[in-house]
Amino acid sequence: MNILIVGGGTGGTIVANNLARRLSSEIQNQKAKITMLSASDRHMYQPGLLYVAFGEMMPDELYRDQKGLMEPSIDFHVDPVEKFELDDNKVTTKSGKTYGYDILVIATGSRTMPKKIPGLVEGAETFYTEEGAVKLFKKLREFEGGKIGIVVGVPHKCPIAPVEAVFALHEYFVKRGIRDKVEIKYNYPINRIHSIENVAKWAKPEFDRMGIVYETLFNVEEVDVENKVVKSLEGSEYAYDLLISVPEHHGMEVIEDNELGTAGWIPTDRHSLTMNGHDNVFVLGDTTNLPVSKTGSAAHFQAEVVAENIASITKIGTPVKDYDGKVYCFIEAGHEKSTYAMFNYENPPDLREANKSMHWLKMGYNKMYWTSVRGLL
Amino acid sequence: MSQLKVVDARNTYCPGPLMELITYMKQIEVGDTIELLSTDSGTANDVPEWVNKIGHEMVSSEQVEEVWHIKVKKAK
Repeated sequence: MNILIVGGGTGGTIVANNLARRLSSEIQNQKAKITMLSASDRHMYQPGLLYVAFGEMMPDELYRDQKGLMEPSIDFHVDPVEKFELDDNKVTTKSGKTYGYDILVIATGSRTMPKKIPGLVEGAETFYTEEGAVKLFKKLREFEGGKIGIVVGVPHKCPIAPVEAVFALHEYFVKRGIRDKVEIKYNYPINRIHSIENVAKWAKPEFDRMGIVYETLFNVEEVDVENKVVKSLEGSEYAYDLLISVPEHHGMEVIEDNELGTAGWIPTDRHSLTMNGHDNVFVLGDTTNLPVSKTGSAAHFQAEVVAENIASITKIGTPVKDYDGKVYCFIEAGHEKSTYAMFNYENPPDLREANKSMHWLKMGYNKMYWTSVRGLL
Repeated sequence: MSQLKVVDARNTYCPGPLMELITYMKQIEVGDTIELLSTDSGTANDVPEWVNKIGHEMVSSEQVEEVWHIKVKKAK
């Protein structure tokens, strides 16, 4: 069985390592081979970007060498795919090499698209990139008072992050002793302050207690950079001193270029995680068009299903597991307290009061991620 | 000729039906219609509120065996 994994992020790396262990004897006997093609020789812990934006982590803490995270039996190449020929079971890479496969896994992730909104690149800061997170921290350090607006594009990765950013902003300015000089205004696209109803119910009294101003049904139309005004499609405006954006995301350009899915999202079966019309192509993580949070957590749980199914297909010729939509997200609530949201397709999350134990678990997970991505946790 | 696209947002808590609708409205052309499927009871109120505020057109909204079928036409 020739298994090709395209993408070395959370989902692709867990699939590869999990599979390498499940198929160790098959690999040793040359009955199975796992190849990974990635665009980078480094692996980033993306949730750490929010800590970078508040000076809690340094950028270099977010990275590990990708090769060092992989089981030695995996044939790893830094050579991004440029052409998918699914009908012929092969891909072609940037270097011009062609790789055939029996089973293909696509886990290429997503990217921010701030250019979709006029003025957003010039007018707003963001913590969704390393460069942006560092720049935002420097802006926050210089900020002595005024109006901070947060705007959220659709769709976006890590849906909890906008709420966490609000809590972090509140804590940051409380600690600096200038919270009374700062207005924090949270603008959200739908008609409550979070997409998950129970998160919205939990966060609203927290926002009220912290004095957060919020507006719902606010989808950004444009940013007037010169006058520092952000305008919504719904017709409202907000004059800001500092604008923080969670930009709209798309799937990767290579997915759009190969016409595998509109806006780079590949049509995927929500249970089998196979690409629609291609039973030997698995898709996971941000790359899917599934109505599931685009998070490392979702990618992790999907990766376990994909790996178990590819292993069972190799061993007995059939998949054995369905993905149930499971997601588990920590929610950093500021002041060294956290809670979490765990849910799947059928069951909504039941949020508990934030506490210090969950915060320290989250801080521990920030380090345990490297064990998780090795497929050990 | 205008197109109809079905968006299946049944049994999803995040991003949820309205967020899914906003995502897919960006992908279709003016004059095309999305039929949103949702099992979230709040969708029947949430979607018209956004659609009316933003200026798209509510075509229909009906519940068939626990599933809301809400059609929205892109107007601008």
